[in-house]
Amino acid sequence: MKRFERAIEWALLLCALLSIGTTAGIIVVLAIETFAFLREVPITDFLFGREWTPLFATPRFGVLPLVAGTVLVSAIAMLVALPMGLLSAIYLSEYAPTGVRRAVKPVLEILAGVPTVVYGYFALLFVTPMLQQFIPGLAGFNALGPGIVMGIMILPLVSSLSEDAMQGVPRGLREGAYALGATRMQTSLSVVLPAAFSGITAAFILAASRAIGETMIVAIAAGQQPRLTANPFVPVETMTAYIVQVSLGDTPQGTLEYRTIFAVGMLLFLGTFALNLVSAWLRERYREVYA
Amino acid sequence: MLTVGVYACGGGSQPAGEGSDETASALITVDGSSTVFPIAEAVAEEFGKANRNVRTPTVGISGTGGGFQKFCRGETDISNASRPIRPAEIEACAKAGIEYIEVPIAYDGLAIVVNPKNTWATTMTVAELKTMWAPEAQGKVTRWNQVRAAWPDREIRLFGAGVDSGTYDYFTEATVGKEGASRGDFTSSEDDNVIVQGVASDELALGFLPLAYVEANREKLKIVPVEDGKADNGAGPITPSAQTVRDGTYQPLSRPLFIYVSRKAADRPEIQQFVQMFFDRTDLIKEVGYIELTPQIYELARKHFADKKTGTAFGEGGSQVGMTLEQLLAKER
Repeated sequence: MKRFERAIEWALLLCALLSIGTTAGIIVVLAIETFAFLREVPITDFLFGREWTPLFATPRFGVLPLVAGTVLVSAIAMLVALPMGLLSAIYLSEYAPTGVRRAVKPVLEILAGVPTVVYGYFALLFVTPMLQQFIPGLAGFNALGPGIVMGIMILPLVSSLSEDAMQGVPRGLREGAYALGATRMQTSLSVVLPAAFSGITAAFILAASRAIGETMIVAIAAGQQPRLTANPFVPVETMTAYIVQVSLGDTPQGTLEYRTIFAVGMLLFLGTFALNLVSAWLRERYREVYA
Repeated sequence: MLTVGVYACGGGSQPAGEGSDETASALITVDGSSTVFPIAEAVAEEFGKANRNVRTPTVGISGTGGGFQKFCRGETDISNASRPIRPAEIEACAKAGIEYIEVPIAYDGLAIVVNPKNTWATTMTVAELKTMWAPEAQGKVTRWNQVRAAWPDREIRLFGAGVDSGTYDYFTEATVGKEGASRGDFTSSEDDNVIVQGVASDELALGFLPLAYVEANREKLKIVPVEDGKADNGAGPITPSAQTVRDGTYQPLSRPLFIYVSRKAADRPEIQQFVQMFFDRTDLIKEVGYIELTPQIYELARKHFADKKTGTAFGEGGSQVGMTLEQLLAKER
């Protein structure tokens, strides 16, 4: 019996190591290829160059247009997801009767289960044509349509995690507020929200990192034209969409063009990793401890 | 529930009952140019219908360059190409010991297309195309009136074939004057449907497409007639059509299309039947929107294939601008 117990422990450890090993492997591969890339392209050209045309006859390796595309689409997504997500979290946590919450929450979470390729074509073939009715000159591929759709996609992440954070606020705080004569609105906004601040911020940051890493929607609907712009009405290319584009084509392995996807991937990884660290740190730093 | 799912998956990936006859089950793999794809796909479908015991050939779209890379690694039987094989590709094939038979199958006119709402671009010269697409234009030529002063002061949004595509090679050779030289800040895709979608949904767009893709999307796109500035092959701007491509007046954007058959694969009877079908069913070429070659050229091509004549008739390699049907015939002889 004891030996059996030991075996299970080992098996569990192995499972844990497997995922750590995979992560380490990914980082190692990314790092090796990125260093090979940076041996040929100076890191300042890569990080601060304003033109990205690595596949063409006059290659330029300035990653800024891809970063701009990524930030632009993610910012639009956050503008959609933050207010809507937070408001629905406040409603679900503070206002909705238990029955409604039980019914609404899973439905909202279904949004997160829709395959992203479906969202991509939804943006390209439905949202963008609809927006073109109001915005003349809006290109068929643009940052706005996929940005909005991506916001809808990450909305459940924001609302669900924020709601969890608000539910974690002890009842006593709310009851104290009511005892002082606060309305429900005052309680929600002045007591519960600040108390749940760290959890909500963590949810926002996680959602942002999800938006930055999202691939399919932007690859389908945002276009494939790297350009340094803050204009949401024209085609852009995100870092993820570029990686898809090169992987789908037949860029020979081991060439500089091929290594660009690892360099871009590394940058993307570092970006989302930093965001996740900040999120974890915030959660620790500002957690209100209620004994 | 779970077991049902697993069984369903297993059943799907296993071609049941086809493994008995070795030659009949060998799949024909075709890859390469997305320009040639509509023809190859149509022939593959007909071939599948006519030969129930053979699996319908798979046709990929990696682009001409991408297709040759796979072909020269021995991964495919037939490579579609919208330009003749290049010296570097000839070398790669030779290194891997892959011999090939070059078969011209159709003619294509590369059409310049804009959005139907575009009222200003009614004609265009080759020089203007060069202004738009040259490498120097990158980041500088961004508005319509920079190409022709009479055109509006609005942004121009360019869509075109990706760098792995023979269409890209041909277009740059024919307009900019150097194969593979173009600006890099346009929406590029190996999949021509992306270009159709982009131009069809954007008033300020301009793109270039093989005729078949224009034929299939008539209402969504507007063709711009092109003027090459040479009077001897038809004066004034010319609209690409079966007529103008065949008589050589739509220049310089007319070009022959090819399939390259691996010499080893050409010994397989089902491959022979499949290639024969390209010669026998030339009606399919017209149906998908391309232009048939002359009967003499098909006869020659048929003979070359029967004789298993390997190598390319285009020693210089790469895109051949302004080649008429007569010149192609002379090459094939």
